[in-house]
Amino acid sequence: MNYFLTEEQRMIVDICKEITEKKIKPVRAELDQNQVFPSEIIQEIGNADLFRLFIPEEYEGMGTGIFEVCLATEELSRGDLSVATSYAASGLGFLPILISGNKQQKEKYLPLLASGQKLAAFGLTEPEAGSDAGAIQTKAVLEGDYYVLNGTKQWITNGGEADIYTIFAMTDPKKGSRGASAFIVKKGTEGFDFGKKEDKMGIRASATRELIFNNCKIPKENMIGREGMGFLVAMKTLDQSRPAVGSQGVGLAQGALEEALAYAKVRKQFSNTISSFQAIRHMLADMATQIEAARNLVYYAAKAIDSGQKDISRLSAMSKVFASDMAMQVTTDAVQIFGGYGYMKEYPAEKMMRDAKILQIYEGTNQIQRDVIALDLVKKGF
Amino acid sequence: MDIKVFKDKCTGCKLCQKVCFYDAVDIKDKMAYINENCILCGACIEVCKFDAIEIKEQAPDMDFTDHRGIMVYLETHDGRVLDSGFELLSEANKLKKDLDTPLYALVVGNICQDEAKKAFRYGADWVYAAMHAVFENHFDDIYSKVLVKTIKKVKPDIFLGAATPFGRTLIPKVAAILKTGLTADCTGLAIDSQSKLLKQTRPTFGGNVLATIVCKKTRPQMATVRPHVMEKIEIDAPKQGQFKEIKIQPGHYGTQYKMTGTDKKQEESINLSDYEVIVAGGRGLGEGKNFSMLKELSEVLGAGLGASRAAVDSGWISYPHQVGQTGKTVNPKIYIACGISGAIQHLAGMQTSDIIVAINKDAAAPIFKVANYGIVGDVFEVVPKLIERIKSGKPLIE
Amino acid sequence: MVKIKVVVCIKQVPGTTDIHIDPQTNTLVREGVENIINPFDNYALEEGVRLKEKSEEISQTVALTMGPPQAEQILKDALSVGMDEAVLLSDREFAGADTWATAVTLAAAVKKIGDAGLVIFGKQTLDGDTGQVGPEFAQRMHMPFIGYVSKICKLDRKSIQAERLMEHGYEIIEAQLPAAISVVKDINEPRVPSLRGKMKAKKMEIPVWDRHHIGLDAEQVGLSGSFTQVVKVFTPQSKHEVMMLEGSTAEQVEKLFGKLKQLNVVQGA
Repeated sequence: MNYFLTEEQRMIVDICKEITEKKIKPVRAELDQNQVFPSEIIQEIGNADLFRLFIPEEYEGMGTGIFEVCLATEELSRGDLSVATSYAASGLGFLPILISGNKQQKEKYLPLLASGQKLAAFGLTEPEAGSDAGAIQTKAVLEGDYYVLNGTKQWITNGGEADIYTIFAMTDPKKGSRGASAFIVKKGTEGFDFGKKEDKMGIRASATRELIFNNCKIPKENMIGREGMGFLVAMKTLDQSRPAVGSQGVGLAQGALEEALAYAKVRKQFSNTISSFQAIRHMLADMATQIEAARNLVYYAAKAIDSGQKDISRLSAMSKVFASDMAMQVTTDAVQIFGGYGYMKEYPAEKMMRDAKILQIYEGTNQIQRDVIALDLVKKGF
Repeated sequence: MDIKVFKDKCTGCKLCQKVCFYDAVDIKDKMAYINENCILCGACIEVCKFDAIEIKEQAPDMDFTDHRGIMVYLETHDGRVLDSGFELLSEANKLKKDLDTPLYALVVGNICQDEAKKAFRYGADWVYAAMHAVFENHFDDIYSKVLVKTIKKVKPDIFLGAATPFGRTLIPKVAAILKTGLTADCTGLAIDSQSKLLKQTRPTFGGNVLATIVCKKTRPQMATVRPHVMEKIEIDAPKQGQFKEIKIQPGHYGTQYKMTGTDKKQEESINLSDYEVIVAGGRGLGEGKNFSMLKELSEVLGAGLGASRAAVDSGWISYPHQVGQTGKTVNPKIYIACGISGAIQHLAGMQTSDIIVAINKDAAAPIFKVANYGIVGDVFEVVPKLIERIKSGKPLIE
Repeated sequence: MVKIKVVVCIKQVPGTTDIHIDPQTNTLVREGVENIINPFDNYALEEGVRLKEKSEEISQTVALTMGPPQAEQILKDALSVGMDEAVLLSDREFAGADTWATAVTLAAAVKKIGDAGLVIFGKQTLDGDTGQVGPEFAQRMHMPFIGYVSKICKLDRKSIQAERLMEHGYEIIEAQLPAAISVVKDINEPRVPSLRGKMKAKKMEIPVWDRHHIGLDAEQVGLSGSFTQVVKVFTPQSKHEVMMLEGSTAEQVEKLFGKLKQLNVVQGA
């Protein structure tokens, strides 16, 4: 299936394929085991211009749509979800600047992010504010030309590795979610520290840390958009980024299917390859079908966003929830096809299954996604 | 020089299209057409049942009767002749029986006479030796000068050198100066019974395909031969042949190179080919630290430690241990392959071993196709048990 | 003194060595084989690009290949990893060239390119596997040649200092430019192409030179210009008969021990 990609889109896929095959696959097991952040691979991704995709040409980007980002993310996820997560999280980190930042902010930060010299991160979640993002407690208080930040962000992807952070903090706690604002905070700012790197079930090579703000003074021109607009900025960002999470599911599942298929064709039991048994063949058929269905939904959602469609929350949530549930199922089935070997770290299926779980949790749990879909459905009908 | 299809003979059977490696045959209206992809390899001519394809070439009607004998170049290092040279002499000693010609050894290096005379032990009738300090550094321009000079004087019909890193730099240079054909990295040499040409067989496509190459137009016929493919055979009672020292006037041996440093570090500068037994590990070991188990086995056996490319590429062991197409070619008495599947690239480097033992959990692994003894089993069980068995000297089973 | 050009010679090869001859039909099996840049040449290209990135002394990097018209693709690949220019040597008459005829043809092209200070080769090709073209080319050009280079220590407009990998260790040797080298894979880690590079490469017109462009006679190129010729191509025969050592692990090991003992490798009861 070629999905009628343009030549440029095919180039993006080819480049990512080369990165996956040559740079990611040979080291992914080791990165996972030792929890090493894949700096070299991220640099390679930067050199290959992949961080430029969604950034407009005037800021040294290539001005593509979300669809192209999804193509790249999918192919990198086929290799390793930690790498793809680190890549996509930088996109999530710079989207608020792209969507709501002013010209000076864009000129200052986007070219650095486009080249991959600097990574970005998105800081919304807090210990007491996960799905309930409106409950964030980090505060930003205006003092002269500065905002002073206090509070803690939790489980921030690229935390410690990124140089540029978009941080959501309460400027007017009385107003609840309407009292939140978004800020750009640079690594190295006084009063901005990191917690230890989290020890995770999956995507272990990606960096996940706490961000700790202790009287951290940032210039007031680092505010993205206007005061009180923070929550809106976050939601707009997530609406656009969700299909990329979907594409992570598609790529991861595709990688798992490829491994399972290759194994099934060589593993012999009862004197026959297990790929000749109907029990296995039907599993493989279902896996392939589910992947293709998810891919179609993700591509459609991405293209809808790129076409400028306004009301995209429902579709975007659908693509995330469907593709990530699918990835969990397909990677679990891949382990099953590998049998005992699948449970061993010697083969990649085990890691893929551990990795898949996060897709159902991060960037809005699948329960929250269903809430979004249902709310939209009940409110507007089909 | 051109390739031609005879329209009256061609039936459009497509055999040539199937055999062609370069997509150079189009079949139109039951007729073969050769397109611009053709490299004139001649594969189609061999396969054609109707003699419908021909490559026209001018007959090399040249007289080479003044060229006689086989000359073997012996490389030296640190005052010693390398074994690869003796292997070649031994092989040339077999070839010369089909030609009834003398065998010349050409030894070049900063060595002494006794060392050069060792060539007699491997069948040389004549030893030409260039022994001088100018040859201390392996510079191709200095060496090529003495090689070219000697070849021009002696006029051998065949010239052989080992395909060592230096040989692979020097010999092509010599061939280019002499403007004669050179076949690289041969694994088999034979004399054609009719034409008396040297048939030079070498692996291509990573050892999946062998090609036999000849040099009809020019002399000498030159070839480099892979070290450790041929067997070194010392002659029981060597006759003392002619020893000729090549006089060296250092002033004539200027160089365009300058040696600014050497570094023998090469971490473990192991020379796998020194070992009669080699224990090698591959992807089946799972991770680098498991090589310690193989190291122990190699120690109790007094063996060298080898590895497949997969193991080296994974960073489990350093490159000098690599056996195969892109690593070392070895020819030990016993090669014990542990957790090596036997990719063709690996086989290319070890399949001439006298005895191959394969331990692999996959009974269908290609390594068993070249092995003499096979154990289908888990290396993590077999190897420790074997170590225990060797160390204790006591049977595992009563 | 003018700035130098760095020329990198590359070759298109089948993307796998997993090629064999079907014993029944005696035909080469090459299902789904795609043509790629010779893997060793990627290190040569990367080194060329890096030298240009690091040094002010280099005016231009040029990728050069000889092959059929489709070999244009690997030149596009070379451009997309950062080479400045590319030249394709393609002529019906180049067909059947052995290493010498190839070296002669490349040498004529490098002369036409002009100002080449350094010519880089991969250490060998995946298909032919000879590693011979580099040294023969250097002799043809009367250039010094440093083979198996694992590190370029120094390069200026006049000379190169490089570390070469020999059988017994490393040597650092210096030669005057123009010079030719062949590189081994330890030298660098080749990059993947960039999207901008690929787009630039797509747009670039690659000049195609035939025999006349480089001023060679018909007798100097292709099969006519070759000294050697292939007379037979065949599949290696496996002559081994494997004896499987069966039983429990202990029994297997015991049997193996017995064999090793027969071979005088181990002693003991």
